[in-house]
Amino acid sequence: MLARLGPPLAIVLLAGPILFGFFGTLLPALGYLPALGGTEISLAPARMLANEPGIMRSTMTSLAAGLASAAISLAVVALFIAGWSGTRSFARIQHLVSPLLSVPHAAAAFGLAFMIAPSGLLARLVSPGLTGWTRPPDLLIVHDPMGLTMIAGLVVKEIPFLFLMTLAALAQLRVAPTRAIAASLGYGRIAGFIFCLWPPLYRQIRLAVFAVIAFASSVVDVATILGPLTPPTLAVRLVEWMNDPELSMRFLASAGAMLQVAVTGIAILIWIVLERLGAAWRNRFARAGHRFRRDAPARMLGLGLMSLAAGIVIAGLGALAAWSVAGLWPFPDVMPRSVSLKSWAFTLPRIVAPLATTLIVGLIATLIALFLTILCLIREDETGRRGGRGAVWLLYLPLIVPQVAFLFGLQLLFLGGGAKANLPALILAHLIFVMPYVFLSLSDAWRAFDRRFDAVASGLGKTRWRALLRVRLPMLTRAIVTAGAVGFAVSVGQYLPTVLIGAGRLTTVTTEAVALASGGNRRVIGVYAFLQMVLPMAGFLVATAIPALVFRRFRAMRI
Amino acid sequence: MIRTIVAALALGALVNATSAGEPDPRDWDAVLADARGETVYFNAWGGSQNINAYIEWAGAEIERRFGIELVQVKLDDTANAVAKVVAEKAAGKDEGGSVDLIWINGENFAAMKRQDLLMTPGWAEDLPNWQYVDVENKPTVRTDFTVPVEGLESPWGMAKLVFFYDEARTDPADLPSDAQSLLEWARANPGRFSYPQPPDFIGSSFLKQVLVELVEDRSVLQEPVDEATFDAVTAPLFAYLDELHPAMWRSGRAYPQNYPAMKQMLADNEVDIIFAFNPAEASSAIENGELPDTVRSFTFPAGTLANTHFLAIPYNAASKAGALVTANFLLSPEAQARKQDPKVWGDPTVLAPGKLEPADRRRFTALDLGVATLAPDELGPALDEPHPSWMERLEGEWKRRYGVGN
Repeated sequence: MLARLGPPLAIVLLAGPILFGFFGTLLPALGYLPALGGTEISLAPARMLANEPGIMRSTMTSLAAGLASAAISLAVVALFIAGWSGTRSFARIQHLVSPLLSVPHAAAAFGLAFMIAPSGLLARLVSPGLTGWTRPPDLLIVHDPMGLTMIAGLVVKEIPFLFLMTLAALAQLRVAPTRAIAASLGYGRIAGFIFCLWPPLYRQIRLAVFAVIAFASSVVDVATILGPLTPPTLAVRLVEWMNDPELSMRFLASAGAMLQVAVTGIAILIWIVLERLGAAWRNRFARAGHRFRRDAPARMLGLGLMSLAAGIVIAGLGALAAWSVAGLWPFPDVMPRSVSLKSWAFTLPRIVAPLATTLIVGLIATLIALFLTILCLIREDETGRRGGRGAVWLLYLPLIVPQVAFLFGLQLLFLGGGAKANLPALILAHLIFVMPYVFLSLSDAWRAFDRRFDAVASGLGKTRWRALLRVRLPMLTRAIVTAGAVGFAVSVGQYLPTVLIGAGRLTTVTTEAVALASGGNRRVIGVYAFLQMVLPMAGFLVATAIPALVFRRFRAMRI
Repeated sequence: MIRTIVAALALGALVNATSAGEPDPRDWDAVLADARGETVYFNAWGGSQNINAYIEWAGAEIERRFGIELVQVKLDDTANAVAKVVAEKAAGKDEGGSVDLIWINGENFAAMKRQDLLMTPGWAEDLPNWQYVDVENKPTVRTDFTVPVEGLESPWGMAKLVFFYDEARTDPADLPSDAQSLLEWARANPGRFSYPQPPDFIGSSFLKQVLVELVEDRSVLQEPVDEATFDAVTAPLFAYLDELHPAMWRSGRAYPQNYPAMKQMLADNEVDIIFAFNPAEASSAIENGELPDTVRSFTFPAGTLANTHFLAIPYNAASKAGALVTANFLLSPEAQARKQDPKVWGDPTVLAPGKLEPADRRRFTALDLGVATLAPDELGPALDEPHPSWMERLEGEWKRRYGVGN
C-alpha cells in the first residue's frame, strides 16, 4: 500500500520543480520574461547566442570534455577491474580510491593545479637542482586552450565514482566462477573479463556513465579552476551571463542553458554510438577466438593509471593540507618557510553554523531519498514492470539537464510561493539532486537481486514485508548504505542550489568554501577542502563499516 | 471561513502598517527604535578573510549597541545580490526581500539605480555620520563612476589603483611610471606581468587606466559611450594591448582570475608586478604571511584610477531601519579608523580627518599604515572613473578580440 505512493510522490517531488524550473528558463530563452520586459516569444536570444564571439569553440570544448572525461575514466576503471579484481592489489587500490569519491571536485582541482602548475609542487621538487629554474617557467599548463588539464582534473575525480559504482554492481555478478571458466578456456585475465563479465556489468553502470558525461560537459567549478579561459567552456560562460548585472543578459543565459542541454544530449548520443562500436569490436575479437594471454603490460598499465590518478589527488590534497598551515611559501621552496595555525584558528569557530546546516540538510535529504527510492523499487517489483522510459528520464533529468538550466526558474517558484529561505525548501532542492544519485546507485543492485531468495522466503512462510525486511534489505545492506553515502556526498557538494534556494541565509561548508575560494587564498582553500572532505568521507566510512560489521560472519557476502 | 477572512484582513492591515512606516533617517531616534530586534542580511563579497573578520566585529558592536543582528551573506560576485533582488522583483516580492544591505559600486549600482531596485528617497546624506564625510576632497563619494549617487548609497571606503613589486627581485629604479613605460618594462621582462581577465573588476579597471592615459580627450569618457566614436576613442588602448599581450604571462593566453590570484602569483614568483585597488593590500598580505616582507608599492606619478565603494539598500529590503543603522555605524569615525588599520583590513576612509573631534582624529593619526603602504600624499593624483557604459563596452570588445582565442 505504502509502496504504491512511492512513484507518484517521487515524480511530484522531483519532476515538478524541475519541469517548472526548466520552463522558467525555457521561456526567457524564447524571449519571454515579462518582469524584464520580454513579452513576446521570439528567437532574438538564440540569435544573440549565435552571434556571441567564440561560442562554437566553447561549445566544442564542453562536448569534447564530456566525452573524453567519460571515455578515459571508464577505460581506466575497466582495464583495472578486468586485470586485477579479486587480487590483493585490487583490495589495496580499492581502499585507496574509494574515499576519493568524497573529495569535492573543486578541492581536487585546486590540488591538481598546485601539483602540475609551473610553480607547483612537482616543479619545486626538481628546481632549481635538476632544472636550474629559480623562477617558474612561463608554460601554459593549467588553463590550456585544449582543456587537457581540465579533462585530467575531471578524470581523476570520475574514476573513483565509476569505480565505486562498478564495485557495487560487481557484487551482483558471479565473478570468481566466470573467471575460472574463462581462464580454463585459456583466456587472459583482461580478455576473459571483457568477454564474459563486462556486458552485464556495463549494463548496470550505464546510467552512471551518462551522468559522468552530463556532469563533465556542464561542470562549472572545475572548468573555472583548470579549464581554458579564452574562451571558457559553455557552462562557465552561461553562469557569467546569468550573473551579469545587465539583466537583459538573462535571455542570453537562458538560451545558452538550452544550448548546454543540447550539448549534453549530443554528447550522450555520440556515446551511445560509441557503445555500439565498442560492442561490435569486442564481439569481433571474441568471435575470432583470440585469447590475449600475454596481457601483463596492459594489466600493469591499468594498475599504473589507477594508482597515478589516485596518487595525484592524494598528493594534491596533501599539498593543500600543507598550505592550510603554511606561512610564507615562495617558489622554489618545497616546504613552507614558516608554519602557522592562523587559518585554522580563524576558520574553526566560524564553521559551526554552516556545518550544522550541511549535516541536517544532507542527512534528511539522503534519508528521504533512500526511503522514496526503496518505495519505488518495491512498487516496481510488485507491478513487475519498470517505470516507462519517460519516467526514468524524468528521474534522471537533474543529472542530465545542467543545473543552471532550471535553478533560476526554481528560485522563482520558491519566491512566488512566498516561501522565505528555509530548511525544508533547501532540503527539497538538495533532494532533487540527491535522489537520482541514490536511485542510480541502488536500483541496479536492487534489480539484479536474485529473486529466488524471495521465493525461498515465501516458501518458508514469510509474508512479503517480512521477506523484504528480513531477507532482501539485509542482503542489500552494502548497496543501500553505499547509495546513502553517495547521496550524502552529493548533498555536501551542492553549490548552486544552496546559494540560490538558501538565498545566502542558509550556508553550507561548500558555499562558504566557494565564496572564500574566489579570493584565491590557498591557505583558506586548504582548510575548507579538508572540512568539505571529512564529512562525506565519514559517510563512506560508515558505508564500509556497516556491511563489514553486519556480514562479519557471512563469508559469501564479502566481495 | 469567516475566521480565515478576518485573519487575512488583519494580516493585510499589518503589512500595510509596516510599509507605511518607511524609516526616515531624519528622525534618527525613530529609526533606532524601529531597528531594534531586526536582522540585517548584509550581502558582501566574501573572498577575503580579513574583510569578513572586520564585518564580524562590526556585527558584534551593532548587536551590543543597537540590538540588531548583522548576518554577512558571503558572495563570490556582487552581481549575485543584484540578481537576487531582480528575481524577487520578477516574482512580485516587493516587500520582505532577502537582501537588506549590499556592498556595491560602479556598474552594479548603475544597473540597480536604472531599474529602480534601490530604496528611495535618497537617505545617505541624512545619516548622522554624513557630516564627517569628505565631500570636498573626495568627489567620488557623490558620483559613482560618473553616475550621481543622490543619496541612494552610503560611502564606505576609498579605492585607488596601486602597483606592488618585490624589492628583493626587482630594482625600484626600473619600475614603470605610466602605461607606456609599463609596456616597455614588459617587453624587457617577458612573461612577468599580467592582469585579471575582464570582466573581473580589477582587470577591467586596468583597461580603463590604460584608456584614460592614452585617450586624446578624457572628457568623452565622462559621457556614456557614443557608438559612433567608440572605435576611434579606444583604438590606442587596443593597439597598446596588441603589443602588451605577447610580452605578458603565458603570452596572454591565460589570465589570473582576480587580484588575490595575482597576489599568489607574486608570491609564487610567476610575475613581478601586480596591482590592487587597496593601497594597503601589500602590507596586509605581509602581515598575513602571504607575501614576503620585501614587497613594496608604487603608483604612476601622473595618476591612477580612484573610486569609492558604497553600501546600498534594496527597495524591498525587509529590515530597512536596521540597514540604515548599520550603514551609519560603518560610516562612524570609530568603524572607519578600524577599517583603515592594515592589521584589520587597510581600506582607506571616506571621512575628512579635519571634520572630526580631536579624539576621533587621533584614532587615524595613531594608525601604522605598514611598511609597504604609501602615505596618502605619495599616492599620486586620482584619475576619474569613466561612465559605467565604458566598462561594459570595453569588456565586450576585449572579449571579442582576446577572449575567444585564435
